[in-house]
Amino acid sequence: MLQVNDINVYYGPIHAIKGLSFEVRPGEIVALIGANGAGKSTVLKTISGLIRPKTGSIVFDGRDITKTEAHKIVQAGLAHVPEGRRIFLQMTVMENLEMGAFTQKSVSEEDLEAVFTRFPRLKERRRQIAGTLSGGEQQMLAMGRALMSRPKLMMLDEPSMGLAPLLVAQIFEIIAELNKSGTTILLVEQNAGMALEVAHRAYVLETGRITLSGTGAELAESDEIKKAYLGG
Amino acid sequence: MSTVISQIFNGLQSGSVYALVALGYSMVYGIIMLLNFAHGDIIMVGAYVAWIMIAKAGLPPAVGVVAAVVGCTLLGITIEKVAYAPLRKSPRLSLLITAIGISFFLENLAQLVMGAGAKSMPEIVSGPGLSFAGANISFVAMVTIVVAVISMVLLTILVQRTKMGKAMRAVSEDMDSARLMGISVNRTISFTFALGSALAGIGAVLYSCAYPQASPTMGSMLGLKAFVAAVLGGIGSIPGAMIGGFAIGLLEAFVSAVGLSVWKEGAVFAILILVLLIKPTGIMGRVITEKV
Repeated sequence: MLQVNDINVYYGPIHAIKGLSFEVRPGEIVALIGANGAGKSTVLKTISGLIRPKTGSIVFDGRDITKTEAHKIVQAGLAHVPEGRRIFLQMTVMENLEMGAFTQKSVSEEDLEAVFTRFPRLKERRRQIAGTLSGGEQQMLAMGRALMSRPKLMMLDEPSMGLAPLLVAQIFEIIAELNKSGTTILLVEQNAGMALEVAHRAYVLETGRITLSGTGAELAESDEIKKAYLGG
Repeated sequence: MSTVISQIFNGLQSGSVYALVALGYSMVYGIIMLLNFAHGDIIMVGAYVAWIMIAKAGLPPAVGVVAAVVGCTLLGITIEKVAYAPLRKSPRLSLLITAIGISFFLENLAQLVMGAGAKSMPEIVSGPGLSFAGANISFVAMVTIVVAVISMVLLTILVQRTKMGKAMRAVSEDMDSARLMGISVNRTISFTFALGSALAGIGAVLYSCAYPQASPTMGSMLGLKAFVAAVLGGIGSIPGAMIGGFAIGLLEAFVSAVGLSVWKEGAVFAILILVLLIKPTGIMGRVITEKV
C-alpha cells in the first residue's frame, strides 16, 4: 500500500533521513519506533508531502506521490494525524470534523455518525471550541478528523504523547479497532512497549536510519530493544 | 444636540470606509502575518477605475462601481501571486519590504499613467437627505453606512458558515494542519486577497462619494488610518476591524467637531501609539503565543 524507497531528507545542512526504505502492506499496523530526534516525525511529514525528500521515491496505492502537493495526497486516501494533534483550537469540534471532510463534496452524515459512535465524547462536545477539550479528547478529535477524509492509510504521530496511562491504553484499543475495520495504520511512537504490542510489524529508527525490523512480537522479545526502549 | 448627531453620522460614514479597508488588512495579516502596506493603494486604483469608466468613458455609475470592485479584486490576486507567493518561505521582513515596494510602485505607476494632478469624480449616487432631530444626514452618508454594514454581514456569514470561509480560518490558525486536511493553502490565500481587495474596491467607491476626486497618493493616508483601525480592533480579528474602523471614524469626527480638525490625523496616530503601549493586541485581539 505504501512503499518508501531510499529517501534522503535534509533540514538545511542537516541530513535528517539517510537512505530510508520501508513498506506498509494493506491491512497492517506498522510501527516506527525510536528515540527522540531519530527522525520519526520527519518520515511521516515527508510521506504526507509537508517536506520534500531530496532523493528517493514514495509510492502510495500504486501511485508515485513523491512530488505531489500535500493537499492532493489527502485526496488519494492518506491521512496524517500530526504530532501534538494540531487540531484547530479556535474552531468548534464540529468545524474541525468538517475540515477533516474537506476533500469530500459534502460532510456525510454517515461518516459523522461513525466518528461519533467511535468517540461519543466528541458528539457531546460537538459545539464546544476545540481548545477547551482535554488532551485525550483532543487526540480523539484529531483521529476523528482524520477519519472524516475516509483514509485507506492513516498515519499517527505519537498518539499517546502527554496522555494518562489509562487514556493511552484506550487510544491504542481504538487504533486496533480502526485497523480491524479496514484502515491500514502507520504508527510512530516513543512508547515502544504499547506500539509493539499492537503492531503487526515494526521498524526501529536511529538517527535517520532503520537499524532493526521484524514483527511486533519479535522486536518486543529482542534484547537490544528491551535494553534501549523498554527499560529492561 | 443636532451637531452631535450630524457628527456621529459623519463619523460613521468615514468609519464605514475605514472599516472596509481595515478588514482587508486584518484578513491578510491573519492568514500570512503580512502587514500589506500596498492595501491602501488598491483603493486608489479602484478610484481611478471608477473615474475612467464614469468620467472618461461616460458609462453609468453602476458600471463604474462594478468595474472598480472587479478591478481591485483582480489587482489584489495579482499582487499576491506575483509579489508575495514567491516569498512564502522567506522571512516576514522580506514580505513586509516587498509590500512597501508594491505600494510605491502603484503610486508611481498611477502618477505616470494618470498624471500627478487629482481627477474630479462625477457624482456616483444622489438622492434626498434626511432630517433627523434637527440634523441633516446626507444621502451619501446613509448609502455608505448601509452598504458597509451589508458587506460586513455578508463577509461574516461567508467566513463563519461557508466551506471556503472555514478553510480560511483553518489556514490562518495552522497552515500545515490545514494542508493535511486537503485544503489548498495557495488557493485559500488567493481567496483571502480577493475578498480583502473586493472590500477595498467597495471602500474606494464609497470614499469617492464622500471626497469626489482621485489622486495617486489618496490611498496612502486612507490606508494608514485603516491600518490603525485594524490594530485598534486587534489585527487579525474580523469583528475587531469593523469596530476599529467605526471607532477611528467617530474619533476623527469629534476631534474636528471641537475645532481641532487640523489635529484629526494626529489624534488617529496617537491612538496607534496608545494601543501599542497599553494593549498591543487591540480590542478583540488574542494573545498569540509563538509556536516553538
